[in-house]
Amino acid sequence: MPVSVRTFQGAEEAERALAASRTARYFGGGTLVMRAVNAGDQAFDTIVRATDPRLRQIQMQGDSVVIGAGVTMAQIIASRDAVFLAPVAKVIGGPAIRTVATVGGNLFAASPYGDFAAALLALDAKVVPVGGTPVPIGDFLDARDREPRRIVLSVIVPRPRDSRAFRFVKVSRVKPKGVAVLSIAALLPTNGGRVSGARVAYGAMGGRPVRALAVEQALEGHTLDEQGIAPALSAATEGINPQTDALASEWYRRQVAPVHLKRLLLDQRR
Amino acid sequence: MTRKPLQFQLNGSGKAIFVEEGQNLLEALRRGVGDLSPKYGCGQGTCGTCTVLIDGEPHLSCLTLAETVENCAIETTAGLAMGPQLHPLQQAFMDGFAAQCGYCTPGMLMAAKALLDRNPSPTREEVVEAISGNICRCTGYEPIIAAILAAAASGGGRRYA
Repeated sequence: MPVSVRTFQGAEEAERALAASRTARYFGGGTLVMRAVNAGDQAFDTIVRATDPRLRQIQMQGDSVVIGAGVTMAQIIASRDAVFLAPVAKVIGGPAIRTVATVGGNLFAASPYGDFAAALLALDAKVVPVGGTPVPIGDFLDARDREPRRIVLSVIVPRPRDSRAFRFVKVSRVKPKGVAVLSIAALLPTNGGRVSGARVAYGAMGGRPVRALAVEQALEGHTLDEQGIAPALSAATEGINPQTDALASEWYRRQVAPVHLKRLLLDQRR
Repeated sequence: MTRKPLQFQLNGSGKAIFVEEGQNLLEALRRGVGDLSPKYGCGQGTCGTCTVLIDGEPHLSCLTLAETVENCAIETTAGLAMGPQLHPLQQAFMDGFAAQCGYCTPGMLMAAKALLDRNPSPTREEVVEAISGNICRCTGYEPIIAAILAAAASGGGRRYA
């Protein structure tokens, strides 16, 4: 089926065009849409693009950084304002993928992709739809597959007060860059040496990035040492429903999640 | 099917072609201008054998919408050699037996060129990182890594940067 391409300067125009056609798909950086085109996907016949400069901007806004949905992983790595996210962006694909893969596109990537979205979930980011008000990323991900007709303008990411409080690990079979068996992102603020207000998110441990709520609860008030994290490790996969795919079985993901969570919490990543 | 005009620089020469809507850059290069050096591998952005440089940055041409490269400068393996003189990377690949079936070689060369253009003296770790998006199923990677380091040591990164 031939594919037509419609390019708009404004994100609002692009969203109207997307909303008007059920057989249109939005083009961010191309890593998802072009692979579908190459595979002969018959589910869409129109590609909608926007060249809106707002999509490519990274700006500080108080204690948060506002990242345009069209910002690429390479831009994140090069940005001083988003430096805390550079370790996440660096493990997404090889250099040629990071040149085009976008923050917004990662929000829509099906598991086992979406490592960056998992990091944003741990950081309590908000997603700003075109012409809409910011929504918590968890709500956005919940509704993502039910309401796929929106275009994301940007994400608002609170910067961790202590850079050591944000930790991320991506586990893959192929080094240095493979698809995730799982990824773990954790924001671990401490008060008097004890965890206070932790947020932990998994990537590739479900259909979309998910919070590890039981882990968060088990960490609360504890110290980040062997004894303090023991309850969290016991709860590592509580309430989590990992998928089985070509990379790993559900069983395997359950077995290795506590191992990698332990290394992350003790800051023994390797 | 609607076709669109497209102009760009390919290895320093101006090109003007028509591309089909939705066509990827790899097809535009191979079918549109007859540059067969970038290879079709997976079509999914996984193997890296279609890697080309767009305005100096490595891109997967299979995932690049052709019409987005209007007025861009594209480099492919076909433009590496200067007449009969191979690019130092090509020479190092030959000298070091860094190719077996050769299918990954164009992508490896372009990924390596992107690295050496911005970092003429990379570490081994940086070389591994630079080719991490490129799959080779013959060589075991070590001869490729050694060839890229050898090209860098010979000044290959600076000569044609």
